[in-house]
Amino acid sequence: MKYVDEFRDGALAGRIAEHIAATVNPARDYRLMEFCGGHTHAISRYGLADLLPSCVRLIHGPGCPVCVLPIGRVDQAIRLACEAGVILCTYADTMRVPASDHLTLMRARAQGADVRMIYSTQDALKIAREHPDREVVFLAIGFETTTPATAVAIIEAASYGLKNFSILCNHVLTPSAMHAIVAGGVALDGFIGPAHVSTVIGSQPYEVFAEVYAKPVVIAGFEPLDVMQAILMLVRQINEGRAAVENEFTRAVSRAGNLKAQALVAQVFELRDTFDWRGLGALPDSALKLRLAFSAYDAEVKFSAAYHPVPDHKACECAAILRGEKTPSQCRIFGSVCTPENPVGSCMVSSEGACAAHYSYGRFREGAT
Amino acid sequence: MNIAKQYARPLDMKNGRVEMSHGAGGRAMAHLIAELFARAFDNVFLAQGNDGAVMPAVSGRLVMSTDSHVVSPLFFAGGDIGCLSVHGTINDVAMMGAQPLYLSAAFILEEGLQLADLQRIVESMAQAAREAGVPIVTGDTKVVERGKGDGIFITTTAVGVLGDGVTLSGDRALAGDKILLSGTIGDHGMAVLSQRENLSFDAPIVSDTAALHTLVQAMLASGASLRVLRDPTRGGLATTLNEIASQSGVGMLLNEAAIAVNAPVAAACEFLGLDPLYVANEGKLVAICAPEDAERLLFVMRAHPQARQAAIVGEVNADRFVQMTTKLGGRRIVDWLAGEQLPRIC
Repeated sequence: MKYVDEFRDGALAGRIAEHIAATVNPARDYRLMEFCGGHTHAISRYGLADLLPSCVRLIHGPGCPVCVLPIGRVDQAIRLACEAGVILCTYADTMRVPASDHLTLMRARAQGADVRMIYSTQDALKIAREHPDREVVFLAIGFETTTPATAVAIIEAASYGLKNFSILCNHVLTPSAMHAIVAGGVALDGFIGPAHVSTVIGSQPYEVFAEVYAKPVVIAGFEPLDVMQAILMLVRQINEGRAAVENEFTRAVSRAGNLKAQALVAQVFELRDTFDWRGLGALPDSALKLRLAFSAYDAEVKFSAAYHPVPDHKACECAAILRGEKTPSQCRIFGSVCTPENPVGSCMVSSEGACAAHYSYGRFREGAT
Repeated sequence: MNIAKQYARPLDMKNGRVEMSHGAGGRAMAHLIAELFARAFDNVFLAQGNDGAVMPAVSGRLVMSTDSHVVSPLFFAGGDIGCLSVHGTINDVAMMGAQPLYLSAAFILEEGLQLADLQRIVESMAQAAREAGVPIVTGDTKVVERGKGDGIFITTTAVGVLGDGVTLSGDRALAGDKILLSGTIGDHGMAVLSQRENLSFDAPIVSDTAALHTLVQAMLASGASLRVLRDPTRGGLATTLNEIASQSGVGMLLNEAAIAVNAPVAAACEFLGLDPLYVANEGKLVAICAPEDAERLLFVMRAHPQARQAAIVGEVNADRFVQMTTKLGGRRIVDWLAGEQLPRIC
């Protein structure tokens, strides 16, 4: 496949691997956090760890939208679907996130709730137009990648005068989570910066991490060769004692990002004072809500749907894993109680989650069951 | 089945729809059977017109398999639920190494299904059965109320006969055996999904639905020491190999570079965030055979029109997991599918 296979080429990967091996100082560790679940997935799916010297350690970050969604937010959606009788639309993986009372949106659907999996916000608008007699709520989740599409849906709904459409807004912000990680004292030497998120926000928002926290950031595409190249660039920066924002993903990311998308988001959304993240806790200015002018489309307002925080399962280490403090196999219930079929924590849900990626692709490395 | 002409309500194949009476056991049902099913499936066994078909004695062990088909949409590029229901069940019998002989077909029709669609499906079944040389000798029709079915569900059962000395079973894979795949993967699943999701690509994705029994007979005739045959349908190649590995208590190591995926299928999977290893096939098979016979078997497979792109895609080992050497040169597990394959978010 053109423009994709080139970025998965084994011979080229081997050459970059040789470069990395020749560049690292084996006497030290290179603790690199790939922020995004997309990178986590690529690293596991292509067995990238096999190509890296042992001193390069990849730490999985919290950039998986499903993983950072707290239980209470899923509960909120389930209540709307079950009690308010709305048609609840959401993206696929969200359907399997464990909520309270052993429920997921998928189980709620099996119990009779009208929960629908959609591919795009346009699908949700279409459902709303086709069912003028029903309330349609889109459970909007995701980082900056998915936010512009939600903004477009709100603007379109307003222009059609759609009265039966609203969203449960859980859009979150990447730089806030990165702040929480560096401020929280996770030991790391650099970031592999997000791919798709950066196409929207650009590379500029990461400059603070290089300038203030002295953490090098290399923005990388989601293909395995992108990740390899970014690792090489990070190793070079670390060896030279530099901390800069560098862009490996120049084919899609500019410093300023997608200004049109940013304008749409700014038109529709404003900062929430605080938002609960699974793993990172309550972070100020880390998520978005609809502006007052669009409150007619805010399901939290429309249905008085309050958010009640719910603690995570006691044995679940998702929080520490999302902060990069633990690896999946350091969780007692990893692979035994918590599996992709029966996820206890959110990191086991999405294939981008650190636990699911490790379980599905990499567990042969440690002899876990 | 012989209804006097004056009592028969003509079936309006162009605009008519399935009604509750078509499954009520009365004249309307008899008429539907005579006009549509019996006419299309036409064979001496069905023509006996009794509650069951009487077939001649066969010599050899019998193999029987049954499969229900619930595909949506009913029609897709490369096939429809009709031919799929014939191919799928023939293949299940064929994967045991048997020569399929007869089929039965049971229909659950939803009230309101267009007769034109039903006719198209039934004719497609009839053609598939004819081409495969496996007659549909008995059947049943029920009608459920509108909203209680998805247009049409078809359950088919096939009976076949097994040649002397043929023993194929999922528990027979041994460390060192070679794993052969008859062609590209993911075609059927992506043909259905792209139709369902209204995705269009430059080159259309066409289902690979096909009856594989002649390929299987050629493979058996090669004399290669075959251990396991299986068609990687639902759950795809990954699931099939995990089933075999777990039945045989072995591991496997696949070579990603040897597993062919058609370009539009790869593109569609990429687009939807799906892994072709988990996408359904309806006209492909996996063979596990003794290592010394692998090249010979591969040669025979490639000589058959249904397996021109056959390849040795891996090896059975004494490890615990199904693993794969990626194109990149790393290794990963190829696990069971967890739940249903869902697209990723961003």
